Amino acid sequence: MGRWAIAVHGGAGIDPKLPLERQEKAKHLLARCVNLGASALRTNNLSALDVVELVVRELETDPVFNSGQGSVLTEKGTVEMEASIMDGLKRRFGAVSGLSTVKNPISLARLVMEKSPHSYLAFSGAEEFARQQGVEMMENEYFITQDNVGMLKQAKEANAILFDYRIPTTGLENCCAVEADNPTMMNGLPMSVYAPETVGCVVVDKEGRCAAATSTGGLINKMVGRIGDSPIIGSGTYACKLCAISCTGEGEAILRGTLARDVAAVMEYKDLRLQEAVNFVIKERLDDGGKAGLIAVSNNGEVAYGFNTNGMFRGSATEDGFTEIGIWE
Amino acid sequence: MGWAIALHGGAGDIPLDLPADKRQARENALKHCLDIGVSPLKLGRSPLDVVELVVRELENHPLFNAGLGSVLTADGSVEMEACIMDGNTKKCGAVSGLKTVVNAISLARLLMEKTPHIYLAFEGAEAFAREQGVETQEPSHFITPANVERLKQAKEANRVQLDYTQSIEKEVKVETHEVSGDSQLGTVGCVAVDGDGNLATATSTGGVVNKMAGRIGDTPIVGAGTYANTYCAVSATGIGEAIIRGTIARDVAALMEYKGVSLKEAADYVVKNGAPEGTFGLIAVSATGEIAMPFNTTGMFRACASQDGSSEIAIH
Repeated sequence: MGRWAIAVHGGAGIDPKLPLERQEKAKHLLARCVNLGASALRTNNLSALDVVELVVRELETDPVFNSGQGSVLTEKGTVEMEASIMDGLKRRFGAVSGLSTVKNPISLARLVMEKSPHSYLAFSGAEEFARQQGVEMMENEYFITQDNVGMLKQAKEANAILFDYRIPTTGLENCCAVEADNPTMMNGLPMSVYAPETVGCVVVDKEGRCAAATSTGGLINKMVGRIGDSPIIGSGTYACKLCAISCTGEGEAILRGTLARDVAAVMEYKDLRLQEAVNFVIKERLDDGGKAGLIAVSNNGEVAYGFNTNGMFRGSATEDGFTEIGIWE
Repeated sequence: MGWAIALHGGAGDIPLDLPADKRQARENALKHCLDIGVSPLKLGRSPLDVVELVVRELENHPLFNAGLGSVLTADGSVEMEACIMDGNTKKCGAVSGLKTVVNAISLARLLMEKTPHIYLAFEGAEAFAREQGVETQEPSHFITPANVERLKQAKEANRVQLDYTQSIEKEVKVETHEVSGDSQLGTVGCVAVDGDGNLATATSTGGVVNKMAGRIGDTPIVGAGTYANTYCAVSATGIGEAIIRGTIARDVAALMEYKGVSLKEAADYVVKNGAPEGTFGLIAVSATGEIAMPFNTTGMFRACASQDGSSEIAIH
């Protein structure tokens, strides 16, 4: 018998001026989710796959983080959610994008994996599948919080920044003045306007099975139809026999770096240990100053995280009694 | 060292007794597309331009499953997807769920160059296409009679035909001249490197016959169907779900990067271990101009050429 471990995140890249009250709220939710998962692993003997789904559902249902209810808004003021789940044992996976009415995208992703002939469904086809499967659906308004309406307005006011961000990267990336002048930029937005992108959970159960799940509302003020890293196997989410990983941060940087797969790949191909692999990936695989964070567990019950942002909402617990809830470094 | 280029038109259970006329038509198309890529490479065009150019040509060819000639979804429509990636910058663009865009690969490139996003899908991608003024056609333009027939047969067989794996007519005992022999179910792709070691890759597809509306495969997934960095450029084809799970394209590059193996060793390892026998093939070029085109299916429509004068066009 192996040792179980669990880690959760609620996004990386946090406004240093985030009111204490909101920090406390976030910590409470993280603690509740870690405990939910830990007790399922300890007492109910649920599989890693069941536990990551359970925990991410909880994170989606609570409006504190950007997924499910509380998702950030597209440029049109709508919600488009996406999620993916992966079972390390057989590397089976399910992914969904462009959901506007499904209450728990992560559970639909699991249904795609188990009940459809495919692994990844998006937009109206995914909504149609959701209706067929009879999952709980809500009006789009349910997902929209007042906070996010306000955030979208601010993001639109800062719009020029969003679109100037990637385009002139040539010439700028070697210019340290930019970094110094904008110490709290993320995804081209001032941190005060930026909402962390994602929630996620990784678990290894007593039998050494690893699983990962990630869910998000995406990037604030995103173009309609934009897909980020969360539903992409190998980028936002990955699990195999060795480990499970869930990422968060600047989606485009995570995609280019195939961040989640690379944690597993350096363990597999370079024999790095979990925390070494996480450190390596955060240091070496985020190009052009890309900002991201990730959580990971290995099949022998280790838990690890890493981020190069100014914070990541995170929590973890292991069978030997270790627990941690954190926001800053 | 030197330039090199490889392209594919899908991998799968291509019958060994593919009729001579069908074989010839496909070989001619492969040759034509290879020439389209070789000339600009010789003239020093960037590999990124070259892979886009070649994939546009493959998309425009009705014999391959991408662009015109894309296979149909369960509701009889076309949903195309594509991805392009530049090895030096690792910049990339991907699109899914296109119904009217003539060249999905060029829209992927525009997304990469004109927006802060990497991946756009369905209505949002169509809206972006209109905004950029790329060539579009009525959705019916992309539907060929052969693909209408394929969908009919797939529906009669009541299954999603995931690959060439079984020729459907055997199961339903319908002999249809139009469709027998090659289910046209792969993907198209091109990888190229120039004499300076700049690499690029592009992949485009109509997906799988009788797929559910909204299904996304490996083609637009960076690291699965498509990947390039400073070591190599890779384009994969076959059963999408297996390719995603095996992060096939990234793994070829990761093996070179992390284990220091050659392109051939990396590609052979991935084809042997990345996904089960009979599921996929890939094409790859390295920064030094090596070429690899391994597959674990019966065949893969493929072609390649390099500066040293070698050239190959093959199916099995």
